[in-house]
Amino acid sequence: MHDGVYPAVTAGAAPVVEAAEEPATAPEHKEGDAHATPHGRPQAPVAVAAPVAAAISADPATISTAAANLNKVKGGAFELVIYEKTGLGDGRLANNPWLQELPDPISRVTWDNYITMSIADMNSDDFKFNILNGQEQLSNVAEVVVNGVTLKLPVYASPGQAKGTIGIALGYGRTKAGKTANGIGANAFPAVTINKDNGFFEYSAVDVKVNKTSETYNLAGTQTFHTMMGRAIVKETTLDAYKKDAKAGNEPVLLSLSNGTKDTPNNVNLWEDHPRLNHKWGMSIDLNTCLGCGACVIGCHSENNVAVVGKDEVRRGRDMHWLRIDRYYTSDMTEKKAEEEGVGAIDKFLDMEVPSDSPRVVFQPVMCQHCNHAPCETVCPVLATTHSNEGLNQMTYNRCIGTKYCGNNCPYKVRRFNWFKYADNSAFDFHMNDTLGKMVLNPDVIVRGRGVMEKCSMCVQRIQEGKLNAKKEGRRPIDGEIKTACQQVCPTNAITFGDLNDDTHTVTKHSKEPRMYHLLEEVGIQPSVFYMTKVRNVSASEL
Amino acid sequence: MAHAPSNNLREPLILGEKSYHDITVDICRPIETRANKLWYVVFGLSFITMLWGIGLIAYTVGTGLGVWGLNKSVEWAWDITNFVWWIGIGHAGTLISAILLLFRQRWRMSINRAAEAMTIFAVICAAIYPVFHMGRVWVGYWVLPLPNQFGSLWANFNSPLLWDVFAISTYFSVSLVFWYIGLIPDFATVRDRAITPAAKKAYTLLSFGWTGNAKAWARFEEVSLVLAGLSTPLVLSVHTIVSMDFATSVIPGWHTTIFPPYFVAGAIFSGFAMVLTLMLIVRKVLGLEAYITVAHVEAMNKIIILTGSIVGVAYLTELFMSWYSGVEYEQYAFLNRATGPYWWAYWSMMTCNVVTPQLFWFPKIRKSLVATFIISIFVNIGMWFERFVIIVTSLHRDYLPSSWMMFHPSFVDIGIFVGSIGLFFVMFLLFARTFPVIALNELKTILKATGKYKRTSPQPEYKIEDLILESRKGKSGAAIHGEEHH
Ligand code: SF4
Ligand code: SF4
Repeated sequence: MHDGVYPAVTAGAAPVVEAAEEPATAPEHKEGDAHATPHGRPQAPVAVAAPVAAAISADPATISTAAANLNKVKGGAFELVIYEKTGLGDGRLANNPWLQELPDPISRVTWDNYITMSIADMNSDDFKFNILNGQEQLSNVAEVVVNGVTLKLPVYASPGQAKGTIGIALGYGRTKAGKTANGIGANAFPAVTINKDNGFFEYSAVDVKVNKTSETYNLAGTQTFHTMMGRAIVKETTLDAYKKDAKAGNEPVLLSLSNGTKDTPNNVNLWEDHPRLNHKWGMSIDLNTCLGCGACVIGCHSENNVAVVGKDEVRRGRDMHWLRIDRYYTSDMTEKKAEEEGVGAIDKFLDMEVPSDSPRVVFQPVMCQHCNHAPCETVCPVLATTHSNEGLNQMTYNRCIGTKYCGNNCPYKVRRFNWFKYADNSAFDFHMNDTLGKMVLNPDVIVRGRGVMEKCSMCVQRIQEGKLNAKKEGRRPIDGEIKTACQQVCPTNAITFGDLNDDTHTVTKHSKEPRMYHLLEEVGIQPSVFYMTKVRNVSASEL
Repeated sequence: MAHAPSNNLREPLILGEKSYHDITVDICRPIETRANKLWYVVFGLSFITMLWGIGLIAYTVGTGLGVWGLNKSVEWAWDITNFVWWIGIGHAGTLISAILLLFRQRWRMSINRAAEAMTIFAVICAAIYPVFHMGRVWVGYWVLPLPNQFGSLWANFNSPLLWDVFAISTYFSVSLVFWYIGLIPDFATVRDRAITPAAKKAYTLLSFGWTGNAKAWARFEEVSLVLAGLSTPLVLSVHTIVSMDFATSVIPGWHTTIFPPYFVAGAIFSGFAMVLTLMLIVRKVLGLEAYITVAHVEAMNKIIILTGSIVGVAYLTELFMSWYSGVEYEQYAFLNRATGPYWWAYWSMMTCNVVTPQLFWFPKIRKSLVATFIISIFVNIGMWFERFVIIVTSLHRDYLPSSWMMFHPSFVDIGIFVGSIGLFFVMFLLFARTFPVIALNELKTILKATGKYKRTSPQPEYKIEDLILESRKGKSGAAIHGEEHH
């Protein structure tokens, strides 16, 4: 359930780490396994398995040491894994507000570290912790006593985490990092020990006590609802099905027409199309390659002078991210299951809200989809958001009077409102409001004032630059010449940008692929951004 | 009209065998006498709440909309809820004075003045919200299609918000003119009875030099009729257009064609409820029991049953349509309304708006002033919840579950709402003490037709002369003789 950035493990700690790593990666994890104790798990994740196997075969004495260690674990004790978050790492850059406000890929929590715990443990009689952490419910604060160190942190429900394990991120609780990082969270480094046998750092511990306290804490999460509710938002298929039919899992959305036929929403049109004389910018996002790391979020932050709003504002649901990564867990309840078992609609949806014990996780970056029939455009009373004839939905900040109607009418909820004057308000001391900070803002992008709406511009400043360069050389922009900031930083090339009017552009090729689909196509808004089905190498029953 | 035979089949609309002079005296009494302690207490409280509301608006404008409870998913909540609620309340006045005038419903005469005043004040309260929900109020005038030097910038005629601007400003100005024209002869009566020079001067100005000659009366009647004709479509158009803010959007729960008739019925429903709430207080406090009778209350209660039932049918139709549409988003939106985290708001709305008004089928309840008062409060609350349910529950869970969020009002949201109620009562209380709260010129036209009346004037409870002497204590001077108009 962690982000995969585990420190190196040592032989002595091997069984421990193995069990903690399990839930995130092991495909064989099934019902009942959640109750397994840390020992005796045969299949460890690849990265860990090798040293373990080596150690075990090399030295039978190690086995007895490990067994002896395990015997020391008392009933009710937890096993702790100390990990690094994708954004903050070990915390050396903790003073960077962008990283603090970057939601953790899995928990979607910003600005804090916390104790991740399995829902089964949180529900146990000892704790009875609040599960629905985030905006609606306060997290219970617990004390973790490990190696003589006590860490006091809020507890966060992590579906898929093995029972009996907890995780705490490094990089927090700094005292001399600077005004942003000081005093946030608790420092987990003191809990890291040095293995006597081999001198390596030990990023895990057994026999950890977790004590409930009476305190509560409000974690700042950007996403407080965790499942897809049976909607075709992230489309998935299996490799086998994909090989048979490349359109697998991407059944077209069809609308019934008055003449008795059916057609896709993109072809059913009440409006006149905007002319696309020259360019028609578009973007593809491959859900197959997206890791959910969040690099694009930071890329967008830095390119577009997106404000950091701080913990309290995130708690109120006011993060300014133009680009967000949605994370969905699967739920045990599905449409199919409800139908088979005759579950009523109310119960079905209530069950769908609950992630399964060992869910699959999908990520989906969502920014403005630059709808060709944009619902945000029609409702603005002053024409502050309009359509360019190159397919962009453009926001004219200077014209915006801040009715927020466009934000309400955006089906993707990607519009962000400037609730305060972030760039000139001492309550938002995240470097944008001081002279030094202002000097490193991107000069190509306006800093938004209070009371206006903003959103992804498809990095229009970069498009403009690319077009001008091409024009100077008397040619059209070539494929890959114009890169949006999010595309540029994506480590897996999940994001591709280009001109859909130009057949040589990769994005145009993508748009013709069978895996291509538009998010919420059925609303009939013809987005310019499209996604590519996620293909998994699993059996059909596991999907 | 005045000589129609009195009809014993109907309950009289004016009780207590009044004479023309009695009507004048009764209705001018609050203007001519001193307010009692209760008035000052209520006024003081309202005034303080109003100031609190103004303070919070200033705080909002000075700091940013962030002081409200809105978030990235729910970008309208209490603001637009209150706006639609107030606008709805502002529907009864014009309906009573325009549509009921055209339908020759005489019972409206006892309540139209106050109901119209309520309309004007409610629209003023409503206007607070669309104005101050703007992130940049100071450039709010950009919604007006004014010639400008910003280049070719013009308003977006596709936007329902712009239609709102036109609809509401038209409604407000027509209602204001209609109300004011009706007031002119009554102001003249007050002017003629006025005893202090200041009051005389003020009412002289307000009455526009009304002389009461036949020609003036003839024109007065004509203008009233024309304005009634003009405002009738407005009663229907305003809420239709307000409903289009939602109906033309793509958000499940908003995007429905049933909204215009449903909103209009709801507006009339809530308007009458508010008229009842206020009139029941006014008749008691100002001693107008003879003019606002059980018959009036009953007539209004019947309208409440009708519109309440329309609203109830609309709620059920909405549920049916969402299921029948087969659209998963629609289906979920309505299921979520009724059973999701805001179930309490939905069921408050259902109980207050659908169940309670049905009690008016029982004549006993319909004729009971206490029951009517309580139910009218229920309807006011229910109609607030209706708007809250439509706005917040639709936004808080729309298409992508990743952006689903709850909304929590901040103290500023609540404070501005309470402040607007304060503002409303400040205006209404001032109105009750300075304006004739019942259209006495109209009332006099039905005196003979609808009840027993006295031909001769009995002794008034107080003599104008005494009051004059009292106010001029120590001063000598000619008494000003009040002359009244019939
Ligand atoms: S995604 Fe939202 S903001 Fe972007 S064009 Fe579409 S409706 Fe407008
Ligand atoms: S295209 Fe540019 S503005 Fe849009 S999300 Fe990507 S980086 Fe942000």
